[in-house]
Amino acid sequence: MLNIGNKQTRVDGPQKVTGKATYTADIAAPFYHAYVLQSTIACGSITAIDTTAAEAFEGVKAIFTHLNLPERLKNKVDYTDPLAPPGKPFRPFYNNTILYNGQPIALVVAESFEQARYASKLIKVTYEEKKFKGSLAENLKNASADRAPEPAKNRGDFTKAFKNSDYTIIREYRQSRNYHNPMEPHATSVEYNSDGNIVVYDKIQGVASSLKYLKGVFGLGADSVRVKSDFVGGAFGSGLRPQYQLFMATLAALELKHNVQMVMTRAQMFSFGYRPEVIHTMKLGCSKDGTLTALSHKTVGETSTFEDFNETIVDWSGLLYKCDNVNLEYELTPVQSYTPLDMRAPGGVSGVYALECAIDELAHEAGIDPLEFRRKNYVDYDQNENKPFTSKELKACYARCEEVFNWNNRKSLAKTDPHLLLGYGMATGSWEALQQPASVALSMNEMGTFTIKCATADIGTGTYTVMSQIAADKLGVSLDKIKFKLGDTAFPDSPIEGGSWTVSSVGSAVAAICEKFQYRIFDVWKRNNPEYQAVAFEAISFQDAKLKYGSKTFAFTEIMQQASKDELSIAHSEAPADGQDTHSGYAHCCVMVEVTVDKELGIIKVPRLVNVSAAGKIINPKTAENQLLGSMIWGLGMALREEGMVDSRYGRVMNANFAEYHIAVNADIHDIHTEFVEEHDDKVNPLGAKGVGELGIVGLAAAISNAIFDATGKRLRKLPMLLDDVLEV
Amino acid sequence: MKPFQYTRLSTQDLASGTTLRDSTILAGGTNLIDLMKYGVEKPDRLADIGKLPYAQIEESDEGLLLGALVTNADTAYHSAVKKTYPLLHKAILSAASAQLRNRATNGGNLLQRTRCYYFYDTAMPCNKREPGSGCAAINGFNRIHAILGTSASCIATHPSDMCVALAALEAEVHVLRKGATLVIPFDQLHRLPGDHPEKDHNLEPGDLITHIQLPTEGFSDHFEYLKIRDRESYAFALISVAACLKVSEGKIEDIRVALGGVAHKPWKLKKVEKEMIGKVASTDNFQFFAERLIQGAQSFGTNDFKILLVKRAIVRALNSALNPS
Ligand SMILES: Cc1cc2nc3c(=O)[nH]c(=O)nc-3n(C[C@H](O)[C@H](O)[C@H](O)COP(=O)(O)OP(=O)(O)OC[C@H]3O[C@@H](n4cnc5c(N)ncnc54)[C@H](O)[C@@H]3O)c2cc1C
Ligand code: SF4
Repeated sequence: MLNIGNKQTRVDGPQKVTGKATYTADIAAPFYHAYVLQSTIACGSITAIDTTAAEAFEGVKAIFTHLNLPERLKNKVDYTDPLAPPGKPFRPFYNNTILYNGQPIALVVAESFEQARYASKLIKVTYEEKKFKGSLAENLKNASADRAPEPAKNRGDFTKAFKNSDYTIIREYRQSRNYHNPMEPHATSVEYNSDGNIVVYDKIQGVASSLKYLKGVFGLGADSVRVKSDFVGGAFGSGLRPQYQLFMATLAALELKHNVQMVMTRAQMFSFGYRPEVIHTMKLGCSKDGTLTALSHKTVGETSTFEDFNETIVDWSGLLYKCDNVNLEYELTPVQSYTPLDMRAPGGVSGVYALECAIDELAHEAGIDPLEFRRKNYVDYDQNENKPFTSKELKACYARCEEVFNWNNRKSLAKTDPHLLLGYGMATGSWEALQQPASVALSMNEMGTFTIKCATADIGTGTYTVMSQIAADKLGVSLDKIKFKLGDTAFPDSPIEGGSWTVSSVGSAVAAICEKFQYRIFDVWKRNNPEYQAVAFEAISFQDAKLKYGSKTFAFTEIMQQASKDELSIAHSEAPADGQDTHSGYAHCCVMVEVTVDKELGIIKVPRLVNVSAAGKIINPKTAENQLLGSMIWGLGMALREEGMVDSRYGRVMNANFAEYHIAVNADIHDIHTEFVEEHDDKVNPLGAKGVGELGIVGLAAAISNAIFDATGKRLRKLPMLLDDVLEV
Repeated sequence: MKPFQYTRLSTQDLASGTTLRDSTILAGGTNLIDLMKYGVEKPDRLADIGKLPYAQIEESDEGLLLGALVTNADTAYHSAVKKTYPLLHKAILSAASAQLRNRATNGGNLLQRTRCYYFYDTAMPCNKREPGSGCAAINGFNRIHAILGTSASCIATHPSDMCVALAALEAEVHVLRKGATLVIPFDQLHRLPGDHPEKDHNLEPGDLITHIQLPTEGFSDHFEYLKIRDRESYAFALISVAACLKVSEGKIEDIRVALGGVAHKPWKLKKVEKEMIGKVASTDNFQFFAERLIQGAQSFGTNDFKILLVKRAIVRALNSALNPS
């Protein structure tokens, strides 16, 4: 049976559920433990820092601050990482300047975590505070397009078309700041070897990023440091850039010549990147028959004072619907905080939220069903880039979603509770289908087991499983004959796991190397069996770990007994085919939701969520469905729950814990359904597969917002939407 | 957390009475240990009461006696609680998560501390944590804060759900003080912040809660616990209402309403309840009652919505109590 397309259970599932999967914090070695003390002001400088009491505390081995940072880390040191935005990356302990509230200002290293944490509380810090403005709203004056990358080109004449439109809307939408909360907190474990070399276990979405950072900052040579990351307990973008615990644990290990581990607390998980707060201004116009005639999308987003973090937000408005007159603007404004960070479907989530709310508002103005309106303005080429799509089965998603959800009969559903208002909403979602260059290595042992290595990551997405499935099918062996290994800088290069491109990039490389190895087997077989000299490659097949020729079969293990040692291992690098830039690759989805709103109490519930996606070939429907469900649930959280509460007087996050930063919980999720439509794509990559890690969160918040309007007649135009927002309907 | 001495108390230790006065009592630890990790609580000595003989629920003519060490989960699922005090059952199960309820004790639930964001963050001014340092919540985030009985020094709420039900039921708290048992009406256990927000309650250092006495009347025919929160489970109440009614021929014979999430203690006014006796059990009268109960409410910005919401919640809860579905 073929593995590709099979609902394969995760190959690493048993390890995970029995606790045998070793996450970074599980690495067992005699470690010193590091704990970071964070600033309690947002702006100013440290005038004095007294570590005497902390140093004297039992078990404390060392304390690092800006006062004793090794000189070599100050001059001509490169603190960037591969995904650093323009600006100057944060340099821990570099000087006494405070750039944000919660900034690491001292590192305590002790025998136990508890000792280090308590000793950090004995450090006395004196500050000189400076005035600052702690919120996006207060800093709007400083918003500038110069700090942001240029969006897709404007087209047509927006102003004129807007003026001539039969129906127009001008609306503002606001999203609050969201914090990453992967189940596994960020951690780094550094093993210090007797030869002075280090092995660094890091929570990261690509070990190459950590390595680049460590080389740049600590001047380490390629052979003196190795970075590993076997398991990552969720990352969603929070592991795209090395975070400060990597610096801390490595600094301490190198200085103390000892193993050091640093695991962040949940509260500390709120002391670095986040999905930025943004404000969108949407201006849309259409003609009487619902043809979208004019669209303008302007977004202002927050960034830090030291880096210009940017996302692709407004471009989505130029892409999703047919429109000839489009204006796109994007500005950034610095606030006194750490730099934002990519979070699941960065930019897309934000841009599409505003667009899909605005489209719904315009459809309503024109008196057209929101699904009909979207169909009417369907587009089958990328107007931003003026290219065809590699494939786009969004129409099929609309049709299937309409059917599964019973969209056309939605209003006839009976209301059962007199306190409840019932509403329905929908949205379109989309995400890029990208391929990056990736390299892999394959070797076969005498038992016929194949080991495939690549420096990629499995952030919970199912990389181990999916790659094993692809290899098993391509090689014609069972799944247990494949050992896929990842997360090690000793392995061939891979792009960072992000952008939903791992299946497409690493998967294509795995498929290609397996094909290459078929030729290897074929060559060895012919060499040792002269009677088959004339057999063409096309005449043979690979099945059940055997080469088949006519009615004859030859076990791989027997053939390869004749191979030289060199012949048992191969390497391969795969890059996107040259022709790929002639087409645009995107996955699409349609999401429909049902909400209830308590008329008097404002309580908003989501009894039903349906998503139908088109994402090319689905390699593993089970892990793909997991990704969709997870991202939809997060979308609900973003719509109704999550809000990083930054007290602008202090520039401090006041709900840095799971009790008060509300992520969606099981009880919030009722009927949730996802499925895929058939989508054939022979252009996007050799596998025809598009990633699905991010797709499901895009559009979801808008669908809920639109449904709340349907229920209450009130447009909330802000996230999260809380019960007090609908109280006075 | 700060290093501390740990003692596990035995019944004999109790007799001497000395250990407790300079110790902090540790029960389930779900609140205390959390606060110690944050550096909010910094006890030198912990007295673990886990092995003391207060882990039973006993039925008697006077009602039901809940041991202070019975877990919230065991209390909620006890057959007598389910049958006679379904309000308490519902209130407890609306709180926290299954794991927490399995660990949390009844005594600890009563004395759990506020969830005010600023109280939890030692970098912030807070009169409750650091008397005299100021109150950051009054002009800051106060979504989960009080609208009744506040003072210029503190606007925190008591976060318990269980206590709201106990207040409505007019339970009593048994406290061991210097070897003698003191019986405290529930209403007098917690206090309003006034000028001393550092004091959550009226107990003295060394006092040990041993039992909670539920009176015989459990209002099992007409009750409701309505909890309004920011997600469907695992969130503290923005507002909660424990409502009990006794009705005869459409008229109110008895009414008990306690509010959570609106004050430094469960909010209940006997005087206003008395005014309702003999009136028709109707939405109009419930509305009138709600207005009276929250008279003088004052909000602080992000909790402005509570004044409207609490009135609606009271009416909803009383109507549900009146007409159980
Ligand atoms: C994430 C989270 C969510 C929660 N959600 C809710 C919720 O929605 N609703 C709700 O009501 N609660 C909620 N809780 C709080 C929970 O109910 C309390 O933490 C728990 O009831 C405390 O009981 P404990 O036995 O663990 O107390 P401990 O933590 O051991 O003690 C708490 C306090 O009581 C004192 N104490 C304990 N026992 C006695 C005694 N017998 N005599 C005198 N003093 C004593 C202690 O000294 C301490 O000051 C939540 C807690 C968490 C962590
Ligand atoms: S409301 Fe009370 S607990 Fe909160 S900050 Fe003010 S004083 Fe502290």
